[in-house]
Amino acid sequence: MERTPGVSTTVLGADEIILNMGPQHPSTHGVLRVKLKLDGEKVIGSECIIGYLHRGVEKIGENRIYAQFAPYVDRTDYVAAVSNGLGYCQAVEMLLGTEAPPRAAWVRTILTELQRIASHLLWLGTHALDIGAITPLFYTFREREEILKIFEKYCGARLTTHAFRIGGLLYETYDGFEEDVKRFCQDLDKKIAEYEDLLTENRIWVERTRNIGVLSAEEAIDLGVTGPVLRASGVKWDIRKAFPYAAYDKFEFEIPTGRNGDTYDRYLVRMEEMRQSRRIILQAIESIPEGPIMARIGKVLKPPPGEVYHSIEAPKGELGYYIVSDGSVQPYRLRIRPPSFINLEAFDKMVRGHLVADVVAIIGTLDIVLGEVDR
Amino acid sequence: MTDDEKKEQPSPEKPAEALPDEEKRPVEAAKPAAPAPKPAAAKPPAKAAPPKPEPLDNELVRRLRARFGEAIGDATTDRKQAIVVVASERLLETCQYLRDEEKFNLLTDLTAVDWYDRRPRFDVILNLYSFQHNQRLRLKAPVDDTCPSVTSVWGTANWLERECFDMFGIRFAGHPDLKRILMPDEWRGHPLRKDYDILKQDTDWVRENLGIESGQ
Repeated sequence: MERTPGVSTTVLGADEIILNMGPQHPSTHGVLRVKLKLDGEKVIGSECIIGYLHRGVEKIGENRIYAQFAPYVDRTDYVAAVSNGLGYCQAVEMLLGTEAPPRAAWVRTILTELQRIASHLLWLGTHALDIGAITPLFYTFREREEILKIFEKYCGARLTTHAFRIGGLLYETYDGFEEDVKRFCQDLDKKIAEYEDLLTENRIWVERTRNIGVLSAEEAIDLGVTGPVLRASGVKWDIRKAFPYAAYDKFEFEIPTGRNGDTYDRYLVRMEEMRQSRRIILQAIESIPEGPIMARIGKVLKPPPGEVYHSIEAPKGELGYYIVSDGSVQPYRLRIRPPSFINLEAFDKMVRGHLVADVVAIIGTLDIVLGEVDR
Repeated sequence: MTDDEKKEQPSPEKPAEALPDEEKRPVEAAKPAAPAPKPAAAKPPAKAAPPKPEPLDNELVRRLRARFGEAIGDATTDRKQAIVVVASERLLETCQYLRDEEKFNLLTDLTAVDWYDRRPRFDVILNLYSFQHNQRLRLKAPVDDTCPSVTSVWGTANWLERECFDMFGIRFAGHPDLKRILMPDEWRGHPLRKDYDILKQDTDWVRENLGIESGQ
């Protein structure tokens, strides 16, 4: 496959200018700085400058005991904290050679799928806002609020939840958990239809997103993108199906895919993913098994020496944890494979040849969170 | 993915285990007892079966050995995950072969581990995935400070190698634009090395750019 080589953003031709966007720019969703090389309004090259939010999360992980690090992972992708927690806890469980009991797996699945919906809702609201559609933001935040309320009732926190523990769950579900989740899911279909009414056939929306930031399946795989970005390019791959974890192998759901790999398809894929998440939750909520919520893992976690790579399908893509244990209470090496970071790498490829106004659409469609890009 | 491909997957990360009988246990029976007995944990303690790295000898490893001979070192499985050690001199060729012939077309992750006292000091870790076989493979290349770049094989490697260089100071020979990615360009030191203390920082940089004595 032919790759387009990088374009220098320091050497300029006669008609070319450099435009700096960010790091303090509302549509960069955090502190992303993009250097755009322009010919008139056309982007001919770009460079992402990241690291403004780098906190050395991996280094911190190597200097904390396993359980202490769990709240830190919430602060990488801070709009999908529950998913991060699931990935990390399961990775450590695999390292220990144990597994959460079924009841915990069920509750984890439900909360993680709620988190996926919440993350996609936040993405939809802000992405539409970037492109100029203000209304969806108010609707999506209304529904997201309901999910955050469920989290708050469950574990007391709304954003950085630390909902799971290594080995299972700390908290039993609260009285009325099932009803709350069911009530939310019952309305969700109608709500998603409302968003679709606002956008899917909206002419401005379609013009601004169709054929913008196209990635072919081959390019997407070469650039390593995962999650909805990969699926919109037509690759039917989802870790929940490929390597089922938690209780995903017990439920029926489809993997939505797109055909053109453009911003519009990525929008459609994420909308359908919300419906599929709802489907998973409704199946799971009816069948939560009774039993313990915590595996017996002991007070001090000392995984046997060795290493493990475990990844989950986070709302943004493949979120992996590679942990090397030397048998002590701290990880010897803790690597987070961040979906946002690797998806953002495709930005340069996607933005070439488009207009400056499309840049915000492409940043939005990648659904990046800078906390996770920079770690 | 077709059903056939799913069947081929060698070891799903989660063993397909029947649901424990917890579900069917008569819950009512336990209730009347005044101090409710703590429900028994679902699993015996983890110590019962400590997972050990085991030698791996499958078709893929045999093909790799036949083709690259001495360059392929130990092949093991740890927690049911396949790991193959590759000499860094032939890493690029091996990767090219794995992508083209064995269809490991996704580079999931590239990172490094600092073994500090060992020579060669670092392990460069590549996590590969094959859509066709629904299979993962982890390559380990022991290196001292330079490693061949695999950017020509997988486009993803570009940023990942930059991050690896930034954090560990490993130079990737053949990388088109090897520079820092997360730390400031002028920063001295590579934070994820084991001899870089967690409280350590480039005080000159901090003083000059932030106008403070210490970031701690």
